[in-house]
Amino acid sequence: MTAPGAVPPDRRTRFGRWRDQMIAYGWLVLAWNLFWGEFTWGNLLGGLLIAAVVLLFFPLPPVTFHGRLRLWGVLAFGSRFVVELVRASAHVARIAVQPGFTPRSAIIAVRLRVPTDLNLALTAEALSLVPGTLIVEVDRDAGILYVHVLDVRGPAALAASREQIRDLEQRIVAAVGSDDELRLVRTGTVAKEPP
Amino acid sequence: MTLGTVADWLGAVSLIAGALLSLAAAIGVLRFPDTLSRMHAATKPQVLGVLLLLLGVGFRLRSPADLGMVVLIGIFQLATAPVAAQMIGRAAYRAGRVDRRLLDADELADR
Repeated sequence: MTAPGAVPPDRRTRFGRWRDQMIAYGWLVLAWNLFWGEFTWGNLLGGLLIAAVVLLFFPLPPVTFHGRLRLWGVLAFGSRFVVELVRASAHVARIAVQPGFTPRSAIIAVRLRVPTDLNLALTAEALSLVPGTLIVEVDRDAGILYVHVLDVRGPAALAASREQIRDLEQRIVAAVGSDDELRLVRTGTVAKEPP
Repeated sequence: MTLGTVADWLGAVSLIAGALLSLAAAIGVLRFPDTLSRMHAATKPQVLGVLLLLLGVGFRLRSPADLGMVVLIGIFQLATAPVAAQMIGRAAYRAGRVDRRLLDADELADR
């Protein structure tokens, strides 16, 4: 793999677009074969055909992946995610069956430090599955997530939720973000424009 | 005790746990006061319930073809449930179907 800085910008973006398409193509063919439950030449051919049709007629907006996968980051995020999903489920299940209890809630705005499409989408998806939080609205231009918090008990709980979302973002960036993004998140500054 | 028996027992436990969580999710959807709170019940215990059911099914079936399908269902469940909940929650908020007496703060209203 060559360093990203070594290639001229226009060639890099065209190559990046092509690479993204090929990755999506590969995943679609794999999914098609898994749907049929076996890998045969017929399924492979069918998958190649169907995936080409899907990519041609339902093109996705380009979400280019600028970061890199960090094995430790992915493992740390994955294991913490499982723990939080179990905790969230237990929490919601408990207050669901608690007699005579009406949970109070709040909607808070959280500005992400890395306002890329990929980070917004991943953080929004993940925080809907961890304790107390659910995404309501996304301000894509400003990089702000509007989050519904269930079972709020006082202002301290809101501050804790905010902190929790920022930790979640940091874990996601540590798993898939670029070095610049990781530095940005670690130093804890809210940058209007990433360098 | 053979490995198959262990897998069968693990499968049975997972199936029961998943079913109980799905039941709790259903009770939550029924009992929570407004749409946004209900969506919490429709995502977290619901997703974990389905994942546990899939795990249980995987432990019982134990064939590569079925496991591939189970993994696919799990991935799609994780990817789509939050999106669906967000779409419903956003629609409910924009239509004003939010009980403001139960909200401690609403920073979306200030926008």
